[in-house]
Amino acid sequence: MNARAEAPRRHRLSAGVQLILDFLNRLPPYRWTQARLVRWGITGRTAVTAVPYLWLLLFFLVPFIIVLKIAFSEARIGVPPYAPLLTWIDGSIAQVNLQLKNFANMINDSLYWKAYLNSIKVAAVSTLLCLLIGYPMAYAIARAQSTWRHILLMMVILPFWTSFLLRVYAWIGILKNNGLINNFLMWTGLIDEPIVMLQTDFAIYIGIVYSYLPFMILPLYSNLEKMDLTLLEAAADLGARPFKTFMTVTLPLSLPGIIAGSMLVFIPAVGEFVIPELLGPSDSLMIGKVLWQVFFTKRDWPAACAVAIALLLLLVIPIVLLQRAQAAESRGARR
Amino acid sequence: MKQSSTFRISVLVFGFAFLYIPILSLIVYSFNKSRLVTVWGGFSTQWYGRLFENRQILDAAWLSVKIAATNATGAVILGTLAGLALARFGKFRGRTLLSGMTTAPLVMPEVITGLSLLMLFVVLDSALKQAFGWSLERGFSTITIAHITLTLAYVTIIVQARLSTLDDSLEEAAMDLGARPAKIFFVITLPIIAPALVSGWLLAFTISLDDLVITSFVSGPGASTLPMVIFSKVRMGVSPDINALATIIVLLVTLGVIAAGIFLARQEKRRQRDMQMAAAAK
Repeated sequence: MNARAEAPRRHRLSAGVQLILDFLNRLPPYRWTQARLVRWGITGRTAVTAVPYLWLLLFFLVPFIIVLKIAFSEARIGVPPYAPLLTWIDGSIAQVNLQLKNFANMINDSLYWKAYLNSIKVAAVSTLLCLLIGYPMAYAIARAQSTWRHILLMMVILPFWTSFLLRVYAWIGILKNNGLINNFLMWTGLIDEPIVMLQTDFAIYIGIVYSYLPFMILPLYSNLEKMDLTLLEAAADLGARPFKTFMTVTLPLSLPGIIAGSMLVFIPAVGEFVIPELLGPSDSLMIGKVLWQVFFTKRDWPAACAVAIALLLLLVIPIVLLQRAQAAESRGARR
Repeated sequence: MKQSSTFRISVLVFGFAFLYIPILSLIVYSFNKSRLVTVWGGFSTQWYGRLFENRQILDAAWLSVKIAATNATGAVILGTLAGLALARFGKFRGRTLLSGMTTAPLVMPEVITGLSLLMLFVVLDSALKQAFGWSLERGFSTITIAHITLTLAYVTIIVQARLSTLDDSLEEAAMDLGARPAKIFFVITLPIIAPALVSGWLLAFTISLDDLVITSFVSGPGASTLPMVIFSKVRMGVSPDINALATIIVLLVTLGVIAAGIFLARQEKRRQRDMQMAAAAK
């Protein structure tokens, strides 16, 4: 019934499109261009692929090559604030001015090393905390009644839609010395002096776990939700206790979800800038913050580019892991 | 059985309390009379009034909305093309590179994306100056380009996922009946993926509205978006008018997400009913 009632509307839409396409077909330049393009081997398909392809090449891949180039050049005062890699002498001989100084600096200056290691530590601990909180939540949502599942899932996604910056800001009001937690604890009389929580590493962990928890829950949920429950029944029938069933069946099967969620938290957390800047101590060493300061405060572009390259190299392994986990997930979905 | 469901419910209660208490605290304290945000001084809506007198915030909000809408439209167009190519064109040369380039911006730390795009704009600017005497003003256009590059990934994934769950028999049938590819796309494929495009547009819009790090890198003098203004205020500590702003944003987003959710659920139900009818008619 319904489909029939809707038919005229859809028909009108398609008629409109048809009219436009017919009109285009009648225009000589359109047909001429099309014939030309087809003769050169450029079909509609190629054009559809080429547009996003060229966009991403220009605005995603080329910038990395430029960053790599600048990372090897020398800082100087001027516009742009780096020396060219190639200089032409008498218009014919090219002089290559390749500098490894920026990278050598990163090895010699302990600030970079500490920031590098500290970022890995902070991101790893936050990822673990996210997993500990996110796994039970994803599990509980996946096993909830189907009417509830959508609402619960929407409730996980909703904070992700609201401003990240404002959600981090909310924690300043909660954690500061006369903030929500300290006021409450002093009111109950449990403490006399406020506990310093803002501008500590603790606040950074809270901020990262809070901001990235949905990224952990969603892949875990989609994994747990499509898990074959008859396997669990089989394990129970064979006499396995719930805990053992979980450890030997559920947990191994959800491994791709665990890896995908962990990497989705770990990768952005390593380079995080806003959270350590707003919640952490002013001297907190996170590589994203160091990059920001080197670029905006010291205005040393080549050094900032070298930090970016180093950060990127650090992330190669997690990114490969993530892609493998996602490939495994989509293979599982197809099966 | 009983025990495990109590455990699950308490997990959910604690988890959602963790996710929502900060947001609720923002809303509650936006109605606080006291300037000391977290010390209650009575009910008041004065900070909302202050907010609407603040030209800097209003200008920044307007700029952000313009950028976000342009970005979302651009990202949906490019993302649909990329999603179509990845889901429907089989194996073509360079497919791996395309799918890699569409997913990489999703996980790339923002400081890297921002820095590298700024370097590109600087190089482009000097190249354009040398070649044509043009200069690339950093501001609206550079921020929009940067945001499209970032959010196009989200749209591509949504469109690709939608297309791969649909079987292409409708499209094949149209092709057998002699319809041209462009017509098939506009008449058949586009209406089917319309809900995905709506959610992709909304997602691209909110991500752009929210982005601070990439925007700070590629923005120029005189172009301050809303997150940039909020960030420079928040760095100085809590301030009650930011709470009022947060409340408005949370309210708008919640309404938007719920409305979109209802719309998409209806579309999905209708599609399933249509499919059932089609199956019954066979």
